[in-house]
Amino acid sequence: MNLKLFIWRQKSPKHKGKMVAYQMAEISEHMSFLEMMDVLNEQLVKKNEEPVAFDHDCREGVCGSCAMHINGEPHGPGRGTTTCQLHMRKFKDGDSIYVEPWRAKAFPIIKDLVVDRSSFDRIQQAGGYISVNTSGNTIDANAIPISKENADLSVDAAACIGCGACVASCKNASAMLFVAAKVSQFALLPQGKVEAADRVKNMVKQMDEEGFGNCSNTGACEVQCPKEISLDNIARLNREYLKA
Amino acid sequence: MKKLDAKIPEGPLKDKWTKHKQEINLVSPANKRNLDIIVVGTGLAGGSAAASLAELGYNVKAFAYQDSPRRAHSIAAQGGINAAKNYQNDGDSDHRLFFDTIKGGDFRSREANVYRLAEVSSSIIDQCVAQGVPFARDYGGLLDNRSFGGVLVSRTFYSKSLTGQQLLLGCYSAMNRQIARGKIKMFNRHEMLDLVVIDGKARGIIARDLVSGEIKRFAAHAVVMASGGYGNVYFLSTNAMGCNVTAAWKVHKKGAFFANPCMTQIHPTCIPRSGDYQSKLTLMSESLRNDGRIWVPKNLEDAKAIQEGTLKPTQIQENQRDYFLERKYPAYGNLVPRDIASRASKEVCDQGFGVNSTGEAVFLDFSSAIRRYGAEQAKIKGLVNPSEEEVKTLGEEIIKGKYGNLFQMYEKIVDQNPYKTPMMIYPATHYTMGGVWVDYNLMTTIPGLFCIGEANFSDHGANRLGASALMQGLADGYFVLPYTIGHHLADEIKTGKLSVDTKEFDEAEASVKEKLAFFINNQGNKTVDEYHRILGKIMWEKVGMSRNKEHLEAAIKEIQELREDFQKNVKVSGSLHEVNLELEKAGRVADFLELGELFAKDALERNESCGGHFREEYTTKEGEAKRDDENYAYVAAWEYQGTPSEAILHKEELTFNDVELKTRSYK
Repeated sequence: MNLKLFIWRQKSPKHKGKMVAYQMAEISEHMSFLEMMDVLNEQLVKKNEEPVAFDHDCREGVCGSCAMHINGEPHGPGRGTTTCQLHMRKFKDGDSIYVEPWRAKAFPIIKDLVVDRSSFDRIQQAGGYISVNTSGNTIDANAIPISKENADLSVDAAACIGCGACVASCKNASAMLFVAAKVSQFALLPQGKVEAADRVKNMVKQMDEEGFGNCSNTGACEVQCPKEISLDNIARLNREYLKA
Repeated sequence: MKKLDAKIPEGPLKDKWTKHKQEINLVSPANKRNLDIIVVGTGLAGGSAAASLAELGYNVKAFAYQDSPRRAHSIAAQGGINAAKNYQNDGDSDHRLFFDTIKGGDFRSREANVYRLAEVSSSIIDQCVAQGVPFARDYGGLLDNRSFGGVLVSRTFYSKSLTGQQLLLGCYSAMNRQIARGKIKMFNRHEMLDLVVIDGKARGIIARDLVSGEIKRFAAHAVVMASGGYGNVYFLSTNAMGCNVTAAWKVHKKGAFFANPCMTQIHPTCIPRSGDYQSKLTLMSESLRNDGRIWVPKNLEDAKAIQEGTLKPTQIQENQRDYFLERKYPAYGNLVPRDIASRASKEVCDQGFGVNSTGEAVFLDFSSAIRRYGAEQAKIKGLVNPSEEEVKTLGEEIIKGKYGNLFQMYEKIVDQNPYKTPMMIYPATHYTMGGVWVDYNLMTTIPGLFCIGEANFSDHGANRLGASALMQGLADGYFVLPYTIGHHLADEIKTGKLSVDTKEFDEAEASVKEKLAFFINNQGNKTVDEYHRILGKIMWEKVGMSRNKEHLEAAIKEIQELREDFQKNVKVSGSLHEVNLELEKAGRVADFLELGELFAKDALERNESCGGHFREEYTTKEGEAKRDDENYAYVAAWEYQGTPSEAILHKEELTFNDVELKTRSYK
């Protein structure tokens, strides 16, 4: 198929960015979106032009690197899909496709479609862990039974890949779904109870300091989350916060 | 010439590690505060090592080329992690895990290392649970297990099909705690481009800041390499796009021996290639072989019809299917080790029985399991005479619970529903057993330089068993290196603060800068990816699943020519002082072009078939791999001498005192 791409190009944070149009021909429907971007980049290099910078790595939907705002939606059309898992069969011959970076104050731009998501790391450094040293002398793994239901809910929350689509989809650029997923994973397990109060307070404080917006319960984040993390986690975060 | 000493402790196998831990030197807490350690890579091995070393009190500097340590490719591991907990009471023990791993590796790994791995495996599970890793539980709230290839027990712990992710997030959370305390200084988006050796000891690295392009110097009392495997030498593999051999290859060029490069794992269950634009291959977890049955049509006409799209797999009757793994290996059936399953699939496809348009695919079919689970559920629910549809629906629910996200992943890529029609799979490069040579203390041939996880060669011999990579990465990082590095650092307490203003740092930095400038200034006519694709094709066709002398010799020549061409004609756009993905790729492919040759040379030198290394000249009458223990029971450790073709071979003889060397049989 033939496509027209409009891509956000910005050389560095200091430069001004703009949308640039590229005509793509003979794109196979079986290609992934990023493979289509590879084709474009190879053409640009051949023409002595700068290829489009974008983050990507595992290309199987789990590392959370890829982050493109495609036709107004984080990770493009389709639910439960990262950009790397999006295939060109979701588009039609002759389509125009608009590709932009995540837009949020707490995700400053680095180049083209690459943004700085280290604010997510700092939120987790504020308390997203259980304080246990490596020792080889912890109690036997089966000493504390954990209900299957809670273990499953915990892993559903922990499935978050930290891509930032929740922030990118939110009109307030709020990171509530991300923080909620992290808090929930530990809140649902007995190991996480001891530090629960400090954890939630410190992580929320750091989230606010990073400049993420407030949550107004629109629910766009849940819809756009490639791992389909549930809004229930935000309710759990709020409960944990009130308890603390 | 350097002599290889694996430094294996004396004494009975099961006491070696305990005794060694008691005897090695320790560093006092007050002194640890004055010692710096660099850790390159933040996957399971690097992440767990960085966290544990920082907890002990060392000052850690950790490096990742990704934007966060949590994105390292360990995250993509799906199936699980082995541990000899024997929670299932099915006869598991440290010794059995040890034996399975040695046998699975086709008797080409070191007994003492593998036993230690089995010995610490249980602690890994305890540690991860304490960290809050949400492993799968049964209805009684206890940990659940499943089974993997090459073993007869259920010892694999898992979190859905996200085990690697959950374990890595565990390491990452442990790292975060130390980053917050200031004990780990994290350098994201930094790539190591050289090792600095001073007076024969590893003393630091040169790294490029991938955002600013700045070349930076870092000094330390010890350097730990945890930079993963080199499967991307094949261009297409299940590795992440950025996985590379650069850090490992740079230390090899600075004097670290590189061991068994030809030992590479081709994983049997990956989604087949669909076209030339393909950038990577996706793994479907081995856990699927617990319930999926692998088959091709019995008749060539049926296979042709399927290839042409005129026949559907569901239209082929049961008695017209060849469940070739069950037929050839009745004892292990679909759960034979990876190397054996891969070769068997290739064999049927080479004979024309492949089941997609390229003829390079076999079916992985869940219909039997869906019927079996469905019937069981119908019984539990008390349904009398359930319809076939009802049974199927119930069975699909169970399969969804076990493998839901894998099925979803498959459907997204292939656009077919694997609940209704069998999956199509084909082998792809997945893991490299070879790597930087290390002794029992995980130290390389350069004092002060350690290597852990997939980047080293030590524990998997010629073939790795499923769910053992996660085990090894975490064993090295949590429970082995933190002890053994102390033994080396005990001699460093008088060294004092290290400076980066030395002539060795000057030279290393100058050489890095020169190479980078060469790429930018070369102005050739071929892109980096074009070279990488050609290299991948040579490797896959001539140094892939099945190898012979003629092909290997041709491969060596072709790679040499390709490397020369690359030096003349490669084209890299952009500049040095910015985000430049083409420049990053160019450096990595340049190193793959050298490693590829050593890889083929190693395969040519090893005149036997063992594990993932299959030489067509050395087979049994039934076409199975034929090992030569008399002449090849050694680790091939290569010493760099200016070019890959001049590398010198050092042999570490493998001695087996606790297992009997036997022909591997899974029949």
